Amino acid sequence: MSSTAQELIPPEAQEPGGGRIGRTRGGRVRRLTGRDKVVLSLMVGIPTLIELALVWLPTLMSIGLSFTRWNGLDLADIRPAGTENYQYITQDYPPFWPAVQHNLMWLLFLALIATPLGLLLAVLLDQNIRGSKIYQSIFFAPVMLSLALIGIIWQLFYQRDNGLLNFILGTAGTPQAVDWFGDSSVNIWAAMIAATWRHAGYVMLLYLAGLKGVDPSLREAASIDGANAYQTFFRVVFPAMRPINIVIVVITIIESLRAFDVVYVINRGTNGLEMLSALVIQNLVGEGQVIGVGSALAVVLLVISLVPIVFYLSRTFGKENRA
Amino acid sequence: MSTTPARTVRTGRIQAASAQRTGSRPKRHYGMHIFLLVMAVMWLIPLGWSLYTALRPVASTNEHGYFSFAGDFNFDNFVQAWTQGGFATYFWNSVIITVPAVLLTLFLASLMAFAVSRVSWKFNVTLLIMFTAGNLLPPQVLAAPLFEMAKHFEVPYSFSDSGNMLNTYIIVIAVNTAFQMGFCTFVLSNYMKALSADLTEAALVDGAGIWRQYREIIMPLCRPAFAALGTLQVIFIYNDYFWPLIFIQSGNRLPITTAINNLQGEFLSNYNLLAAGAVITVIPTLVIYLLLQRQFVAGLTLGSSKG
Repeated sequence: MSSTAQELIPPEAQEPGGGRIGRTRGGRVRRLTGRDKVVLSLMVGIPTLIELALVWLPTLMSIGLSFTRWNGLDLADIRPAGTENYQYITQDYPPFWPAVQHNLMWLLFLALIATPLGLLLAVLLDQNIRGSKIYQSIFFAPVMLSLALIGIIWQLFYQRDNGLLNFILGTAGTPQAVDWFGDSSVNIWAAMIAATWRHAGYVMLLYLAGLKGVDPSLREAASIDGANAYQTFFRVVFPAMRPINIVIVVITIIESLRAFDVVYVINRGTNGLEMLSALVIQNLVGEGQVIGVGSALAVVLLVISLVPIVFYLSRTFGKENRA
Repeated sequence: MSTTPARTVRTGRIQAASAQRTGSRPKRHYGMHIFLLVMAVMWLIPLGWSLYTALRPVASTNEHGYFSFAGDFNFDNFVQAWTQGGFATYFWNSVIITVPAVLLTLFLASLMAFAVSRVSWKFNVTLLIMFTAGNLLPPQVLAAPLFEMAKHFEVPYSFSDSGNMLNTYIIVIAVNTAFQMGFCTFVLSNYMKALSADLTEAALVDGAGIWRQYREIIMPLCRPAFAALGTLQVIFIYNDYFWPLIFIQSGNRLPITTAINNLQGEFLSNYNLLAAGAVITVIPTLVIYLLLQRQFVAGLTLGSSKG
């Protein structure tokens, strides 16, 4: 597990200045032959066309459809509806506000519990303790699993009568036994714990890579200046991992918006597990297809996700544009 | 976890430094080990419980209860899930979807990444932003239009028994490819940017065209990145639950990750069989994890290295 991003960046990268762009600009483009231009336009054209047709066109269509009324059958039946769908979801659609609340809870739980737990594990395992490698493998194992499968595995653990948790609590088979995924007052917490199982391992992995990238002389300097372990970590090491911190913030927000598979596997995102992403799908499949309402929900999801996306992109590509 | 010399020196020095200052170090170490041990056990319980349940025949658990050590242990549930539960079919469906999708994703992403990183032109960054952003969208945002597009894209019945693109592997492969391409292009373009410009400059002097530069110079140098991304993508697409859920209606065409949810309904009272199904689904990822752990971890951290 030792290989981190740093190892994968080829040695040539170490040449300072990145003079390539300067050199190519003006030079190379003129040297392209006609055949090269054809090859290049195909290299750019085919992937771009696929990306536009299957990602960006549908995104725009979602926005368009959110202002219409349609049952999804005949294209000629699409009727303009103004902002009706938005009024409906915010005022008359009972699961909407619980879903917003659950998405927010999911975000807070990941941000305040799962992510710090992952960071803590990374910090502990970054010290060369005995068995560090085995611990890393154990905490990382759930990251390999799909969220859908995680829903099933935890279902086996959480069941009311035959689940291990109620057995450990001593309530299995008694009337006090809690149906952890079925009871609408607790199932969101049970699902968030299942999601934490995966998220913490992922965060641990990214921070382990980040901690290896921190210049050792920084720690040394802090230690010589008399900083204790906590001060060294929070004032020196943690701020030095800024790029990884940004990635983790973005991943945490996006994961909480995407939280779909777990709740959909449990009960299709109903009865205490309403989530925006699950509501979108509920309105698109099944008998009463209401594409307009589903699309309006999708647009709400899109607008919220644009916040972390734009934040991340401006961080990542802002530097490049300025350079 | 191979410890590089520099790292050993570093930790050695720090340990020496902190040992001088704080005498309580061994004690804290002890607490840390207990904490890690408890966490590790908690982490293993859900998987361990599934495996334990899967290994016991339903007759044993009916007789002795789920919380017992009595009764038989065998692989009957696995055999039953594989043959009667249709796992052989589901597994094959996963292969049919995953293999072409990963190969296509890597190929298309490498073309795009080459064009935006090795050749300088006006819309480099714009296109790269578009590709990267596309991968960050929640898939649910695109679901309705993609479903309708597939439904209204009519093809001969000889090609698809639904008369459109629904219920075909091709649409699942295409959408997975389009969605994952953004991430792979981003990672590969960073990787290619870091390769020296002299490599292709020299080839240019020799009169090598764009295609030869891509094929014979850049591609071989990107092997480590392909290994990492390929492993990651196999896991991602194998683990994809959502797109088959949207596009595939006949149960026998579902890949394993989406199909296991049906098993939950079918074998409601037979948790042993459900557990066996879950364990079977884990096995391919576990094998990849054990064999290609290095590549997988590299792939995950690769995307985050450029923050």
